[in-house]
Amino acid sequence: MMRLERRPQPSEAWSWATPILAVVLTMIVGGILFVFLGKDPILAIRTIFWDPLFGSFASYTRPQLLVKAGPLILIAIGLSLGFRAGIWNIGAEGQYIMGAVTGAAVGLAFYPSEARWLVFPLMIVAGAIGGAFWAWIPGILKVRFGTNEILVSLMLVYVAENILAYAALGPLKNPEGMGFPGSRNLARWDTTANPELIAGTGMHWGVAFAFIAVIAAYVLLSRHTLGFAIRVTGASPRAAAFSGVDPKRLVILAMLISGALAGLAGIFEVTGPAGQISIDFGVGYGFTAIIVAFLGRLHPIGILLAGLLLALTYIGGEMAQLQLGLPAAAIQLFQGMLLFFLLALDVLTNFRPRFGADAAA
Amino acid sequence: MSEVLLSLKGLTKAYPGVVANEDVSFDIGAGEVHALLGENGAGKSTLVKTIYGLVRPDSGSMTLAGAPYEPTEPSQARARGVAMVFQHFSLFDALNVADNIALGMEKPPPMGELAQRIRDVSEAYGLPLNPSRTVGDLSAGERQRVEIIRCLLQDPKLLIMDEPTSVLTPQEVEILFHTLRKLREEGTSILYISHKLEEIRALCETATILRLGKVVATCDPRETSARQMAELMVGSVLHVPERAAAPPGEVVLELAGLSAPSPRAFGTALKDVSLQVRKGEVLGIGGVAGNGQDELLLALSGEMRTKPQMVQLKGQPVGHRPPDARRALGLLAAPEERNGHASAPDMTLTENAALTARVRKKLSRNGFISWRRSKGYAEEVIKDFDVRTPGPGNAARSLSGGNLQKFVIGREILQAPEVLVVNQPTWGVDASAAASIRQALLDLAAKGAAVIVVSQDLDELMEISDRFAALNAGVLTAPRPAKGLTMEQIGLMLGGAHDMHEAEADHA
Repeated sequence: MMRLERRPQPSEAWSWATPILAVVLTMIVGGILFVFLGKDPILAIRTIFWDPLFGSFASYTRPQLLVKAGPLILIAIGLSLGFRAGIWNIGAEGQYIMGAVTGAAVGLAFYPSEARWLVFPLMIVAGAIGGAFWAWIPGILKVRFGTNEILVSLMLVYVAENILAYAALGPLKNPEGMGFPGSRNLARWDTTANPELIAGTGMHWGVAFAFIAVIAAYVLLSRHTLGFAIRVTGASPRAAAFSGVDPKRLVILAMLISGALAGLAGIFEVTGPAGQISIDFGVGYGFTAIIVAFLGRLHPIGILLAGLLLALTYIGGEMAQLQLGLPAAAIQLFQGMLLFFLLALDVLTNFRPRFGADAAA
Repeated sequence: MSEVLLSLKGLTKAYPGVVANEDVSFDIGAGEVHALLGENGAGKSTLVKTIYGLVRPDSGSMTLAGAPYEPTEPSQARARGVAMVFQHFSLFDALNVADNIALGMEKPPPMGELAQRIRDVSEAYGLPLNPSRTVGDLSAGERQRVEIIRCLLQDPKLLIMDEPTSVLTPQEVEILFHTLRKLREEGTSILYISHKLEEIRALCETATILRLGKVVATCDPRETSARQMAELMVGSVLHVPERAAAPPGEVVLELAGLSAPSPRAFGTALKDVSLQVRKGEVLGIGGVAGNGQDELLLALSGEMRTKPQMVQLKGQPVGHRPPDARRALGLLAAPEERNGHASAPDMTLTENAALTARVRKKLSRNGFISWRRSKGYAEEVIKDFDVRTPGPGNAARSLSGGNLQKFVIGREILQAPEVLVVNQPTWGVDASAAASIRQALLDLAAKGAAVIVVSQDLDELMEISDRFAALNAGVLTAPRPAKGLTMEQIGLMLGGAHDMHEAEADHA
């Protein structure tokens, strides 16, 4: 028989070991899954984790790593601030879409202006505001009426997806697009383009913002009173209130920050890698970022690493689809398993397993 | 009386890193009220759990009424005539008294018969209780009666009571003692756990004192002074708080018609609470928990906002100001729940120092916290208040209750407050830590601060208060000078009168 014994303090070592263990377990169970799909598990794991970095197409896939990791990290950093305070914004995907739509709409309103110095910064601000607004809705409803932010933010994702479809087919549709749905290509218009900053690296403005966000979040959480308020609220809401944290203000603030960062990810994506507002613009970064945030222990540096790892599974997963014919669902299952194992193993951070009959506390 | 009912021989129980009981041996006579005394962590709980079959000892043996006794679960203990009333009640609020008692029985009789038996037992032992009342409406004392009657229905030979008076008013304590004496006359043995030494002196014939898991002394409490017993418990000479009398200064804190609904679902609203506290004064506020104590503290700390004029600090209305603004003005507080309210259990002591001391100790500048200064302040608190911990980097939850309480109180006192409000400052704290906390509060008042102590422990309040007021159902009585108040007067102030008439009827 096994019993769990509460540790006097959370284990530092386990809090770092569990993500690694979760990755290893995911590879093992994922490998077994691939066997059942009739694939060579070693080859599949290698295709997903090794080939994108060092395989024969690495020169193409390696820059993709930053392209995919950028939005994941940017969104996950914002989410982690709320998660740490026990504020569960699950709707980053919707905020990401709304940031892209709002930012793109502002940019397109200036078409065919050539004033990049004005339009591009304006679009970035508009993207952040669009995302922040979409996150503010569940925040204010929670503060005013006690609604559950998990449900409201999640449902707003579907509203955002419909607004996206409407924008792509209606107001933002390219008038010169010969009737095809989708906006003008922002990446090919110099005023609004978000190109690679250093050729061959995949590094664009969104990635730069992601790195800045990592550093800013690190400083905020470790030194600033707001970061402290977030951590105390997550650790002990009553102690936070006693200390002077206004929980309602914190909910609004955390929602605004996470929404703004998701919105930024959206605007950088639509002006760069995606290029245009289209019906299939949302590819699930907002949801995958939740995995990134938890896999990274809600810690900025951890999120940076987790973002890169999840980006790898995106790219590797695509390669596995192409080369081995693995179904796309198998890759999503793979990512889901990662979160599942992580959360399951998390118990070891606060509890110590004891084996044997005489373990009564 | 000389006949031995339960005999413990060499009981030892070790947990990882700590020996809870080491070679514990003593006898409980038939019809004896036997006290088990000891500080927190002395091993009292483990020992009674062993007797009640909740814990199996590593070694040692027990005999009950001459036969070997090795209960592996409470039902076996009950079958042998051992019953226990726990400190924390396990009752369902939504059910009535009879339902609750039936739920705790192995083979409950039909409801009508059970209700009659409850009435019979409650009358026989002077514990008035109506079996059809809903438990949620009962006072703490009445709930305890439900637990006691549940035990008495089993006709126990040995009744174990864990800190039974901690939730009772003085009048309710009298009723309880009356019952326990009656049980003793009928030959029932009682193992009575308490840290209230005067009670033990009034009730018990033998006391076994535990320290660090071992029996250190056995005495007759009727012939031993409370002070001697306390010193045996602590193992050192006990320091009795002393105070230098100072003339009271000007009014620093005034509550003017403070009324506020409770922020919690089953809380108590404050109703027109008015009081004044002067510099250098200790105001004691007594009352049974759940009568608005928590709400009063929240209204003073700033966690709960009221109309500005309801709370006035040095003549300035602050009822609408948040906690940090009040701290800046010199109003500090320490809530009752040290784990999770006064401190964040999972955070380090350094972080917990920054929790409330940022403003007055200048631990942050331009929104950035200086962890170096915070650590320095945590170290200062640890040193000045003798907090036992390896260092400020340890999580608050790793500290024992008494040590964390010393840290929490010390953190506020070292910020040199002008008004300090504390709720249950020594709840669940061992005798020596409690004495040093009380002394620190008196020293603070001697330096000219106004101190409000909210507590359920009347002995504590009488020891340190200049004036005494009682909180009952959210209403505060007018404060009266503490000196010369009799227990009866205090009892009336506490308004613990809700079942006094029944008790008197029973005595008559």
